[in-house]
Amino acid sequence: MDNNTLKDSIEQALKAQFDAHFIKAEMDYDFPVFTVKVDAIHDVLSYLKQTEGLGFHFLTTLCVIHMPDQTGAEFGVMYQLHNMHSNQRIRVKTWLSKDYVHIPTASDLWPAANWMERQEFDFFGVKFDGHPNLTRILNMDEMNYYPMRKEYPLEDGSRDDKNDKMFGR
Amino acid sequence: MSVDIKPEHQPEGLEGAGFFATSLDKVVGLARANSLWPLPFATSCCGIEFMATMASHYDLARFGSERLSFSPRQADLLMVMGTISKKMGPILRQVYEQMAEPKWVLSMGACACSGGIFDSYSVLQGIDRIIPVDVYIPGCPPRPEQVLDGILKIQELTKSESIRRRDSPEYKAMLEQYGIE
Repeated sequence: MDNNTLKDSIEQALKAQFDAHFIKAEMDYDFPVFTVKVDAIHDVLSYLKQTEGLGFHFLTTLCVIHMPDQTGAEFGVMYQLHNMHSNQRIRVKTWLSKDYVHIPTASDLWPAANWMERQEFDFFGVKFDGHPNLTRILNMDEMNYYPMRKEYPLEDGSRDDKNDKMFGR
Repeated sequence: MSVDIKPEHQPEGLEGAGFFATSLDKVVGLARANSLWPLPFATSCCGIEFMATMASHYDLARFGSERLSFSPRQADLLMVMGTISKKMGPILRQVYEQMAEPKWVLSMGACACSGGIFDSYSVLQGIDRIIPVDVYIPGCPPRPEQVLDGILKIQELTKSESIRRRDSPEYKAMLEQYGIE
């Protein structure tokens, strides 16, 4: 099955199953991408994993992006799934508003999501509801901001940990 | 840069038939300088350069630092080589605190000295923010010759240091400034 056919068949299945929660299907270069509403994201992922004939049983990666200019949908969460039996890959996307950055965890479906979600929480502050241990994983625990959000100036003028006299800036 | 290898000079002292007298400081300094046990705290590429320094071509063993100590308790010299992230900071500090006096610290490479190219939220901008440093080796990464030069500088400090310096009020004040007991 080529990727276009794969896209069409999954689009039909998702539309039939989730109807109003399904937003769109598109080809991103040659990669099938499905956008769904956040309320249904857990059901969609579980459907894609468990349904006979789909069987996307492997979570390749998961990540968050921040688009500060996209009002009402500032944070995107992306899941890349892989069916190793038929060697098919798809991507599932959903968008969150910055006023409520909560999304159900996928760590009950794929244990691999556990650390990935912790990393995204660490860098973007997206709260994965139901995660067994949503704490910082890479940055120091004392850090009180989410460094990968696009809401900081490139350099903080008030910092004092680089000496201008020595670094000539 | 060239480093001449020469036998240790005899310290100043009183010499006669069958005896030689000098101050204890000098004898202890001489012994310490030529048998430093370094603790390599290598976190990145500078550590690789240090491996070259330890290996047969550059051979750090010529300077009496043959025996690396991977336990801080037996080490004399803490060699910090590589980027220290803010999360690694408390660990480095704990390693320093576990070392017994007298101890020296050598900071190798741009990252350990100043944060280097990692002018970032996650990287400590120089290890001298958390522990006192005796010798800095610049470079990204420094060549093994520079590392040897740094070790020789440490040896000079070691030789000329009074055995009581570490009891001095200045030294205590310096440690207090870093909040180290």
